[in-house]
Amino acid sequence: MQAPDTLRYSEEHEWVRVTDGIAVIGITDHAQDELGDIVFVELPAKDAAVTKGKPFGVVESVKAVSDVYSPVTGTVVEANDALADTPEVVNTDPYGDGWMAKVSLADPAEVEQLMTAAQYEEFVAKEKS
Amino acid sequence: MSALKRTPLYAAHQAAGAKLVEFGGWEMPVSYAGILDEHRAVRTAAGLFDVSHMGEFEISGPGAAGLCQRLTTNDVNLLVDGQVQYTLLCREDGGVVDDITLYRRAADRFLLCVNAGNIAKDWAWIQAHAEGVSVEDRSDATGLLALQGPRAAEILAPLTDVDLATLRTFRFAEGAVAGRPAIVSRTGYTGEDGFELYAAAAEVPVLWEALVEAGAPAGLQPVGLGARDTLRLEAALALYGNDLDDATTPLSAGLARFVKLDSDDFVGRDALRAERDAGSRRRLVGLELRGAGIARHGYPILGAGQPIGIVTSGTRSPTLERAVALGYVETAWAEAAEGLTVEIRGRQVAAAIVPTPFYRRARKSTPKGGS
Repeated sequence: MQAPDTLRYSEEHEWVRVTDGIAVIGITDHAQDELGDIVFVELPAKDAAVTKGKPFGVVESVKAVSDVYSPVTGTVVEANDALADTPEVVNTDPYGDGWMAKVSLADPAEVEQLMTAAQYEEFVAKEKS
Repeated sequence: MSALKRTPLYAAHQAAGAKLVEFGGWEMPVSYAGILDEHRAVRTAAGLFDVSHMGEFEISGPGAAGLCQRLTTNDVNLLVDGQVQYTLLCREDGGVVDDITLYRRAADRFLLCVNAGNIAKDWAWIQAHAEGVSVEDRSDATGLLALQGPRAAEILAPLTDVDLATLRTFRFAEGAVAGRPAIVSRTGYTGEDGFELYAAAAEVPVLWEALVEAGAPAGLQPVGLGARDTLRLEAALALYGNDLDDATTPLSAGLARFVKLDSDDFVGRDALRAERDAGSRRRLVGLELRGAGIARHGYPILGAGQPIGIVTSGTRSPTLERAVALGYVETAWAEAAEGLTVEIRGRQVAAAIVPTPFYRRARKSTPKGGS
């Protein structure tokens, strides 16, 4: 499993990268690996309000439907609409082109409550055992 | 939850890096390289499935043929030695106890292959009707592999003494595979040409290893239950527990050709005759989504905005690259040209009824031997 040091992580296996008050959000390498081949992604619309810990989208693998939970509270400024046609990018590039939404943060301090890469790796190891 | 059962190939699956999941009380591989990859392998080359979790009952001796006839909807009289029949066990009210394959090994010796999740239920059902006929549960002693795909025959041929060139669809022969006694059956659950191989549970790892090794150059991959489901769904083959259950009938499921209402009596015949005469209340149809999304088991089907049915199986077809589903709809809607939607997370997505199977392989040389 890969978890870049520059990102923050949620217990629902989303990652966050913050630049200038905008959080880019996606699902982790571990999450995509657990899901398997992703064949459908449903994302929030631009200007949608999202709430930390609440579902904001859906990823579907061949076998299963899974909610994607927002790791932060704020307003969607952009969703990765390219995933509608190429959902498999979430498998191949979860931290890059597989990003899901950009959210304008209501409370930037929320990000500090998320796990660091080291904490997330430990969390995943514990979940597995 | 009680401990999950494991097949004799559990160690082989672990070694192959399979993702293992619970299925019907068994710990089974859901995928190895990935469901889409495995699906493609079966459609274009070959796949090898461990389906040892399935159950096998042997019915033999005086009264064996009569018991099979009494318990199953198809006509056992149509079978000759070495022939397999897809058939159903039904309740008195026509509900499906299980869908099975029935092998005639001799005039007084039959093998029933039943769904893993139904072994205990079927066993009790058959025992309750056996009236002294010998029935033996061989499930734990028997392993089962499925070798499926356009290259299945060329992979198997060098490993068996069974003449595959003359073994027709829905026929079987008893011989050897990889030097071990086996039943080689030209049947499957994928919509491709292929074989199901029954052998002693202890010997199954030998067959598995030999087939994996012999098949690798031809593109054979081990395939898990994930692709087994997408393959069977593209072929519109019913899955018990999804598309069939105790509350569904074979007629409403579109399986009338496996129900011989004018042959000898069987459990459920009166109810099914009444259904034939009155017409089924609902029918299983093939659906294709016209909008974005995937229809899944349990999603409501609406006609002109009113609930008229339910999705029983659905996925995104890897071959067609479209969302396809099977579902029951009220009979009045079974041939509707428009007005249908599937409700996905509160949203209405347009759907169309389409002919099944969704996928049909290009037929080559295998003549049909079924009934």
